[in-house]
Amino acid sequence: MKPSNAFNWKHWIPAGRQFGTLIGLAALCAMLSFSSPHFLTASNLFNVLQQTAVNAVLAVGMTFVIISAGIDLSVGSILAFSGVVMAGALDAGLSMGAAILLGVAVGTACGLLNGLLISLGRLPPFISTLGMMSVARGAALVYTEGRPISGFSPEFRFLATGEILMIPVPVLLMGAVYLVGYFVLNHTRFGRYTYAIGGNEEATRLSGVNVRFHKTAVYGVSGMTSAIGAVILTARLNSAQPIAGIMYELDAIAATVIGGASLMGGEGRLTGTLIGALIIGVLRNGLNLLGVSSFLQQIVIGSVIIVAVLMDTALRKRGA
Amino acid sequence: MTDAKPKIAEDAVLKMRGIRKAFPGVVALDEVDFQLHRGEVHALLGENGAGKSTLIKILTGAYIRDAGEILLDNESVALNGPADSQAMGISCVYQEFDLVPHLSVAQNIFLGKEPERFWGVIDGRELRARARKLLQDLGIDLNPDFPVRTLSVAQQQMVEVAKAIAVQARILIMDEPTSALTHGEARELFAAIRRLRNRGTGIIYITHKLEELFEIADSYTVLRDGRLVGSGRVSDVSVRELIRLMVDRDIQDHFPRAAPSPGEELLRVEKFSRQNHFEDVTFTLRRGEILGLAGLLGAGRTALARSLFGADPFDSGRILVRGGQVAIRSPGAAIRRGMGFLTEDRKGQGLILILSVLSNISLPSLTRLSRLGVVDGAAEKSMAERFIRELRIKTPGSGQKALYLSGGHQQKVVLSKWLAREAEILIFDEPTRGIDVASKVEIYQFMNRLTEQGAGILMISSEMPEVLGMSDRVVVMHQGRIRAELNAKETSQEAILRAALGELP
Repeated sequence: MKPSNAFNWKHWIPAGRQFGTLIGLAALCAMLSFSSPHFLTASNLFNVLQQTAVNAVLAVGMTFVIISAGIDLSVGSILAFSGVVMAGALDAGLSMGAAILLGVAVGTACGLLNGLLISLGRLPPFISTLGMMSVARGAALVYTEGRPISGFSPEFRFLATGEILMIPVPVLLMGAVYLVGYFVLNHTRFGRYTYAIGGNEEATRLSGVNVRFHKTAVYGVSGMTSAIGAVILTARLNSAQPIAGIMYELDAIAATVIGGASLMGGEGRLTGTLIGALIIGVLRNGLNLLGVSSFLQQIVIGSVIIVAVLMDTALRKRGA
Repeated sequence: MTDAKPKIAEDAVLKMRGIRKAFPGVVALDEVDFQLHRGEVHALLGENGAGKSTLIKILTGAYIRDAGEILLDNESVALNGPADSQAMGISCVYQEFDLVPHLSVAQNIFLGKEPERFWGVIDGRELRARARKLLQDLGIDLNPDFPVRTLSVAQQQMVEVAKAIAVQARILIMDEPTSALTHGEARELFAAIRRLRNRGTGIIYITHKLEELFEIADSYTVLRDGRLVGSGRVSDVSVRELIRLMVDRDIQDHFPRAAPSPGEELLRVEKFSRQNHFEDVTFTLRRGEILGLAGLLGAGRTALARSLFGADPFDSGRILVRGGQVAIRSPGAAIRRGMGFLTEDRKGQGLILILSVLSNISLPSLTRLSRLGVVDGAAEKSMAERFIRELRIKTPGSGQKALYLSGGHQQKVVLSKWLAREAEILIFDEPTRGIDVASKVEIYQFMNRLTEQGAGILMISSEMPEVLGMSDRVVVMHQGRIRAELNAKETSQEAILRAALGELP
């Protein structure tokens, strides 16, 4: 067949795909507005955004990892470990800036270790991050002897409870992480290499890209966003808990995949991931407002993930 | 080789009449007639995009025709899906193998149709016996117990053929079966094809290598832009006539190699060795020169290229670029020295299929197109679009995924990658494999232009006419060593083949 202009639309599938997700989110919001009078209020919507912030931030790193054809199961554990290290430092009297930097450094280091095991140790990402999931969790428990570290300064708590120009600080932090992430993914060499490695690692290597270095860095990014998630969560709870973030990896993966990223790598967008995270957040919030039991909620959320990906697969097939 | 004259029965095993198939925005086939006789090898020709694949897919049930009639042994059939088509005895050997590497030859041949004892328990002895008989009938010397992963590409091809006919095929479709084979291996395959033909199987043979046709095919059909443009006996037609039918214009010169003017030395390789791959390899490449690297499959040519480019390690030896010794430990290092590598596996190693043409072209050049890690999108786009224009890459835009381009245009994208990076030492590994005649000639013309501009090209090729037609000098490898260095203008196909087989001149 000759390529003809009529085939152009294929090229727009990613955009169309995200448009579909956005429509799904809008439909969900519309439905909830009708069924609950409390849903469409400014305070509730900010509440949703605030509750989504941690997962949405984790999902930024996860998007990088999944685009590179990897997976990171350790984000929840890294969140807990970097959270308690940061809290310990605050407790010991370190300045807020220094403590946050330390926490982010610890999270990034855990991620880089994942990356090194994968790129130099040639471990499958699933195995390496599964190990780290257990190691980082254990480290958090050992460090705190299993007890939460609680009670922080008002300045630190401002990161969760404060508002700037009427917008909650966690929402601003989330926005900042997305803006930076978007810029890196779409406008830098590092972002381009992330797509390239996920699309075809060997072809990328033969194009002169240092694949090992960039793969390692991708997991570093995921560790870093986990630690940023820890900052928001710790400030919100006014407590750093060694058992924080259990199962968070699954929500982050779900947001990324609902957002249109392919677990085969090479495809995915942060705008999609943000919409995916919001869908999960809105769904949780709405089900709570409607008084649906938390047991039933799990079934609904699981089904939404499956249906979203089923629809995506069907769409892709039609496009191929 | 006993080569009986083709016995062509009068009755056609397959008649396709007025076949039409349209996709949104394009008519892939329009009123196409096709007839295949029992005991005939019928070549189906046409450029990429002419409609050959669509016709085959209709025959294998992958597509449903919009209009037209299909008669098998004079009986009208529906062909509404792959199962239909298989049940009617239509088999196909594709370019890409679908063998299971860890299963044995016999297990692969009878995959999904194993002889059973009872309740799904496989009769292993019967399986092996049938496989052995089948391989014998085809004249293939292969142990049915060997796992497929231990076989050469050529042997795997034979297994594919055996698998295709294990179902008593009336019609066997072969899509570019020799694209990964060397000359000698292709001859073995041809012998097997002739045996099949003489047993009465109708064979549809798709190839871009026109010289092959005269060796194996009895008749031909040419498609162009979805229409039938010619059909007849191979003995009544010339290569030139076939090309004219395919491209609708005369291609004067198949191999438009311009007179070379070799300049200074670009690359010198000395006593280059890697255990089990190549040994003691020494050669030079000059500016403005195309150095052909000939040899049989497995002679170590690709391994040599990969080590030169830093994709694989090497044990000993030196590489000198522009007179200075260099250490090349990664493709990145090779690229910084001005090297470029067009791999033989275009889809697996050359392209990132799900990324855009733009991203593929700019990938090796991103370091130059960015400052502080930030890519200059405008410069990147104008660069990609310049190459799309210059190489006449057929794509709706630079944002199109590489996946949707045809083979020849994909290869031009890979070529653009290295042109954009201004690589001077180019390693081309089978640069025209599976590419239609017109695109081939375009790629040759670009090779000319590159050498005129001072680049040097090391061209690995298993196609003899290409080696002779495009190289200035030829080095021939056999079992990892260079056996001969020949002047392309003075040597012959026989001389190259003798060296490739390890016979001393």
